[in-house]
Amino acid sequence: MMNNMLILPVVLPLVAGMFLVLFPKKILLQRAVSLLALILTGIFSVILLKDVKEQGIQTLQLGGWEAPFGISLVGDLFSILLVVTTSIVAICVLLYAFSSVGYEKETHYFYPLYLFLITGVLGSFLTGDLFNLYVFFEVFLIASYALIVLGGTRAQLRESLKYILINVVSSAFFLLGVAYLYSVTGTLNLAHLSVRVAEAGQDGLLTTISILFLIVFGLKAGLFLFFWLPGSYSVPPTAIAAIFAALLTKVGVYTAFRMFTLIFYHQPQITHQLIGILAAVTIILGIMGAVGFWNLKKILTYNVIISIGFIFIGLVSFTESGLSGSIYYLLHDIIIKAIIFLIGGVMIHLTGTSDLRSMSGLIRTHPSLGWMLFLAIFSMTGIPPLSGFIGKYFITKGIFEADSFLLGTIGLLSSLFILYSMMKIFMNAFWGETILGEDEEKGTTKGLILPIALLTAVSLALGIGAEVIYDYVAEAAQSLLDPEIYIRAVLK
Amino acid sequence: MKPNDVILRTVTKFAVVIIFTFSIFLFLNGHHNPGGGFIGGLSTAAAIVLLTLCYDLETVRRTIPIDFKKLAAFGVLLAVGTGTLGPLFDLPFLTQAFGHIDLPVFGNTEWTTALLFDTGVAFAVIGTAVNIILTISEDESEWKR
Repeated sequence: MMNNMLILPVVLPLVAGMFLVLFPKKILLQRAVSLLALILTGIFSVILLKDVKEQGIQTLQLGGWEAPFGISLVGDLFSILLVVTTSIVAICVLLYAFSSVGYEKETHYFYPLYLFLITGVLGSFLTGDLFNLYVFFEVFLIASYALIVLGGTRAQLRESLKYILINVVSSAFFLLGVAYLYSVTGTLNLAHLSVRVAEAGQDGLLTTISILFLIVFGLKAGLFLFFWLPGSYSVPPTAIAAIFAALLTKVGVYTAFRMFTLIFYHQPQITHQLIGILAAVTIILGIMGAVGFWNLKKILTYNVIISIGFIFIGLVSFTESGLSGSIYYLLHDIIIKAIIFLIGGVMIHLTGTSDLRSMSGLIRTHPSLGWMLFLAIFSMTGIPPLSGFIGKYFITKGIFEADSFLLGTIGLLSSLFILYSMMKIFMNAFWGETILGEDEEKGTTKGLILPIALLTAVSLALGIGAEVIYDYVAEAAQSLLDPEIYIRAVLK
Repeated sequence: MKPNDVILRTVTKFAVVIIFTFSIFLFLNGHHNPGGGFIGGLSTAAAIVLLTLCYDLETVRRTIPIDFKKLAAFGVLLAVGTGTLGPLFDLPFLTQAFGHIDLPVFGNTEWTTALLFDTGVAFAVIGTAVNIILTISEDESEWKR
């Protein structure tokens, strides 16, 4: 089905951002246009979701050049679900940014950069071409380089240097992988690649290339190669850190899922085994960080890492319930990571420190914040009926069906440690004696609570409305397991 | 001591005109032959950079009073804008059209919508490339702490 609407989630933020570059000093215009663009993106992505559910995978051959010669945009349920979730989170974090970013950053292209970041992320979800994927990766990476250093404090400059270096290296590997794959198969269209790799059989060479891609996406997603992540996610302003934590690693996860279900699915005993080992190590190292640190930002970033490892368990199982669990958990995690980063940001904003030991008794002055954190913690741990539960349940079911008991056990135990590390935040910061009166606080929560409340509502809806959403997720998982559906939609 | 750059300046005055002309040739050549908006834009940017090297930033700013950031943004808007013509006629995004027309002086000439798209690309490339060079060559940060 040709559907021009597929280009809108990419073009709307891009055009809005470029338009705003023309008027850097008009803050009200900047805010209004960026919010409008993201809301429109959200509306169109929901319409797309409906189309995909009713008519199957939607495609758009750009410029009318038929696949595999031109560039295809492909919207299947997996990608469109992520597009919808991304737009929701982008709107809420933008609302948070309105009252937290500050005049200097707002007049230095914060909103255009934010919109370019969203363009890149949505483009990566929607593209059906490997090289185009690389381009969209660069779009959001370059925007993220600028966002991470915006403000130019010493810590930001230090961490951005590391962040840029690591991403330049991984982009180089990505390009190498693309070149290898093109010279072996002679195509870069994902659907066509799938056909060619299946025809030729995934021999040693192709498996090696697939591992090269695993390294690239592992670096981006923070699967085992996450050494850069805690530093660079804790230096930028809250709104930026939240959107990074919610989205950037998830793009890596999405592409890894796409590559290892659509193209490199013939040698699971090598590739998926390796992913399994990496996922287990990631979870264990993430737990160590989350449990060990007393710095709020550090605990939150290590929780990002744990969940990345956990999502990959579903890919390792390669069963329908495992994959649908992963997709569900991915959606849940995008929202929940945005929530906890925003709440963490408010707490630091109020107390002026990120050391948990010098916070106490916030529940008395900010009860709504405390209870929303409490809900988020329960959701992350997987208490029914909150949204984390369904994801965890299906991932665990899938991995036990695949007889990987060790990995399943690690995944289950990780919940306990997530609970411990997050409760540490809750108990230290919200319980106990109130040491800061309303008037002694370093900042106000004006305008900061609403976006968090919106996200919490979405997260609750994701948990309570599981019955409805699970329909979509299960169908997405089925089409991941059957590459034929994707290939037929793109190549006809 | 001020370096003696009489030769450089004299050569630049002529060379810049040639580079600009060649850029336009490259740009128009691009539809069927090697060239196009990207290469044309880059060589235009090279001419502007050559001007800044042999005169100085202020002179170039004064002679070419364009905000290059805005030029780049305008370029992308133009390029994406031509892309949206396709969906208006129920064709895929970025579809291009072309045809032939008899012009009084040039005779039978080919017109393409891709030329508009390419103009956008050229503006984006000129804007970005020149902006990068100018930003690096400024010492002072305009950021207020």
